[in-house]
Amino acid sequence: MIVEFSDELLAKFAEVVARYPQGRQKSALLPVLHLVQAEYGWLSVDAMDKVAAYLDIRPIEVYEVATFYTMFFLQPQGKYMLEVCRTGPCCLVGAERIMKHIEQRLGVKEGEVTADGLFSWRGVECVAACGFGPVLQIGPEYTFYENLTEESVDNLINELKQKSQQG
Amino acid sequence: MARKLLLTHIDVPGIQSFEVYRQKGGYRAVEKALKTMSPDDVVEEVKKSGLRGRGGAGFPTGMKWSFLAKPEGVPRYLVCNGDESEPGTFKDRFLMTHIPHALVEGMIVSSYALGANTSYIYIRGEMMPQIRIVEKAIAEAKAAGFLGKNILGSGYDLEIHVQPGGGAYICGEETALLESLEGKRGNPRIKPPFPAVSGLYGCPTVVNNVESIAATVPIVNDGGEEYAKIGIERSTGTKLISASGNLVRPGVYEIEMGLPMEEFIYSDEYCGGIANGKRLKAVVAGGSSVPILPTNLALKTAKGESRLMTYESLADGGFVTGTAMGSGGFVAFDEDQCIVRNTLNFTRFYHHESCGQCSPCREGTGWMEKVLHKIEYGQASLSDVDLLWDIQQKIDGHTICPLGDASAWPVASAIRHFRDEFEWHILHPEEAQTRNFGLAHYADPLVTT
Ligand SMILES: Cc1cc2nc3c(=O)[nH]c(=O)nc-3n(C[C@H](O)[C@H](O)[C@H](O)COP(=O)(O)O)c2cc1C
Ligand code: SF4
Ligand code: FES
Repeated sequence: MIVEFSDELLAKFAEVVARYPQGRQKSALLPVLHLVQAEYGWLSVDAMDKVAAYLDIRPIEVYEVATFYTMFFLQPQGKYMLEVCRTGPCCLVGAERIMKHIEQRLGVKEGEVTADGLFSWRGVECVAACGFGPVLQIGPEYTFYENLTEESVDNLINELKQKSQQG
Repeated sequence: MARKLLLTHIDVPGIQSFEVYRQKGGYRAVEKALKTMSPDDVVEEVKKSGLRGRGGAGFPTGMKWSFLAKPEGVPRYLVCNGDESEPGTFKDRFLMTHIPHALVEGMIVSSYALGANTSYIYIRGEMMPQIRIVEKAIAEAKAAGFLGKNILGSGYDLEIHVQPGGGAYICGEETALLESLEGKRGNPRIKPPFPAVSGLYGCPTVVNNVESIAATVPIVNDGGEEYAKIGIERSTGTKLISASGNLVRPGVYEIEMGLPMEEFIYSDEYCGGIANGKRLKAVVAGGSSVPILPTNLALKTAKGESRLMTYESLADGGFVTGTAMGSGGFVAFDEDQCIVRNTLNFTRFYHHESCGQCSPCREGTGWMEKVLHKIEYGQASLSDVDLLWDIQQKIDGHTICPLGDASAWPVASAIRHFRDEFEWHILHPEEAQTRNFGLAHYADPLVTT
């Protein structure tokens, strides 16, 4: 995907770069990639190259970071990516049951996108909400849904469907 | 009622905002420190308090601060570790969500003590709501004159910035965190040099946990000696415990150090006992990295003394019959939980999170995962338990950073205390399968369905 960063986005980049000492603009890489992903939903090679040019670093410096951190998507995802915690403490209170339910409900396997492009889901590692498990989060705002049950998951999916129809 | 120092005003409506926090006595510590104390006075109070790092290692905070190199003309940095990714730990998220100004106030006091004029709070990227909350708190504090140039006319300048992570447990390790803050992959650095000498951008740096930094506020307000009166031995003050697993009331609790574990689990003031009327099988007391203990050793030490929530009591018996305070991530397992399945889950976690720099960790975690997977799915033989033991031993102590050790300890302790359960799995493969409710593969990518 070829991208053109808007003036608004570029202004946000500049705000981030100003947080670091002169010459340390590479520190802005993670925050800037988050901004890009929030805008486009994922990081295309073109987007990463343009980030590299903006921060005056080599493209490989962007790729190696984008591939290291699990939050960055290198392929398009569903509009809503449901990320369910799959780590030990959440499994003690039924995380796998929730994953199975989501899989059946959406009809796609982990990492796949539903035909309407609305949903994808995946297991993620402990998201620091273990006392309120099972939990899932949805980016780019990383809204949290805690103490999940099959029913609350159904309600959530319905709400998101409605929300996307409205706008 | 136990004394609270961090969550005192947790129930006050609007405590998230500057106004209410201030009404409740917030930012008094900044006034006191900047107007009546020298930076070294603050360090001295923190030393007297006996505060130990709340991020996991328990290193005395005052001592760490006094190691900070202070070469002329070189900036120094305070970096707050809000990566909070250790399974079982969710106290820092809680603190940042509900009382963000406690962190901001602590950052100002601590930065002043260290002579840092720019400080960063590194928060894991998934905590976007908390990032916004903390950023708002910083802006409010700045608008009120507690940040920026010449704070309260003291001549001291400070800016605090929030940095998001990218979803990597290893970035909680302090040198990986610094790499990440510099815009790189989270590969831990070889130490020495320690961050106190060469940290962020090669400058002297202190990295402290969110809770450690928040604890400096009551220490400055009431004095280090007052803080040290709470607790037992070298475990002073209060500690936030994140309680999860099969408990009646999981959640974040502020305890006075020295609380008996039995009381923490069963008292109605805390967790209220084991959920669904079941019995307790095992406890992970300090986050996934620390050794798991069966109930008898969790509630009492091998000497038969009551197990207390202190650094010393939890560690009583070493790793043979004891465990560690770690990050205070307390996970309770009821009698129906399967230790093999949980050990596989934790091991998969460490394999997934290994940065891949050193072979014992990169390869060893993968091997352990494979062997555990075989045991879990009834494809193993008894000698595989010894193989597993052997692998964890070859990781422990042979890596650049403690993630390797952290992957070995849960495996070693599970075998040590629950060997019969591993053997039962191997000898009764079909029966063992029923224990994962046919669902285990949702958390186990080695299964190909
Ligand atoms: C793999 C690994 C993960 C860690 N994760 C965290 C973390 O999420 N938060 C934290 O404060 N410390 C974490 N630590 C400990 C830090 O390296 C460091 O000791 C700590 O931030 C120092 O702060 P303290 O002295 O206030 O505890 C981790 C260590 C390791 C080895
Ligand atoms: S022990 Fe593991 S996580 Fe730590 S540096 Fe080595 S490979 Fe990376
Ligand atoms: S284990 Fe699921 S949030 Fe921690």
